[in-house]
Amino acid sequence: MPSQEVFSWLRTRFFPHIWCPGCGHGIIMHAMLRALVALKKDKSQTVIASGIGCSSRMAGYIDACTMHTTHGRSLAFATGIKLAKPELTVIDVMGDGDCTAIGGNHFIHACRRNIDITAIVMNNNIYGMTGGQASPTTPAGSLATTTPFGAIDPSFDICKLAEGAGASYVARSTVANPIQAEKFILNGIKKKGFSVVEILTHCHTTFGRKNNRRTPIDNINFFKNNSVPLARAKDMSEEELAGKIVTGEFVNKDIPEYTDQYLALIENVRGK
Amino acid sequence: MPKKYDVIVNNSWCKGCSLCIHICPKKVLELDEVRGKSVPARQDDCIGCRQCENICPDMAITIKEREEG
Repeated sequence: MPSQEVFSWLRTRFFPHIWCPGCGHGIIMHAMLRALVALKKDKSQTVIASGIGCSSRMAGYIDACTMHTTHGRSLAFATGIKLAKPELTVIDVMGDGDCTAIGGNHFIHACRRNIDITAIVMNNNIYGMTGGQASPTTPAGSLATTTPFGAIDPSFDICKLAEGAGASYVARSTVANPIQAEKFILNGIKKKGFSVVEILTHCHTTFGRKNNRRTPIDNINFFKNNSVPLARAKDMSEEELAGKIVTGEFVNKDIPEYTDQYLALIENVRGK
Repeated sequence: MPKKYDVIVNNSWCKGCSLCIHICPKKVLELDEVRGKSVPARQDDCIGCRQCENICPDMAITIKEREEG
């Protein structure tokens, strides 16, 4: 990989970053920067918005037009930027709590509108920054500080949620496969329309500690052993797929994009 | 002659999480227990697969192809 070009996208004065040793967020940041370098994006024409949480610190480390916004509302800010300047590449980096709990409403409506934003959802199954409370994506039965006897509520499937809400590109990958994650992010940015790329990452500090995955490599091995490609998952029964992570591109369709329709409407109303 | 690679670890960014050490198929890297940093102990074995570079969360590893001569 052209490392020098990746390094030019970093605000190196803030390094080493604040994330725990071995945290998967850094792997996702590297994958995203490689995708941006491969697409030959201009730093001054790329916007990266983020909300609140460990994952949202990412915006501070990238030397582009970045914005650290309120909890869960980053998609609302990103929508405003995209409508004001449709020529910009807008990427929204979110955590699982940011996306499905606090910002759940913004997320489904951004999917519904199909506005040209790439949402990268870093799913670590827990609220890591605040001390390991159970989030909407904590798998049933796993331990967290607020579920000391195991979570009883079923968890969200972010990809199915985005698919149902109408996003034009939906894919899932894990940090154990950074090249696949890079490919999906690249396809998501290229796609004209709302793209959701869910990347499963780990929080060994708060989630792994309670769930027998204490070290970063335990988590990477867990993802390697439990992820199933979409092509193989089609032939498997529901019992076989229980507890497995299906990876791949779930949706890739061409449907009308919001900013195009909005600008066309303005021209129509003005009678041009 | 197979190509040779240089494994460069940025010591001020490495946090010693050991992901690169476990992921490397040729066991090129080693953990310096005293300093808690990853050290390229067997650089000549490197095959240039760049798995360590891609998995490093701290972006501390760079793989460069060695120029002959």
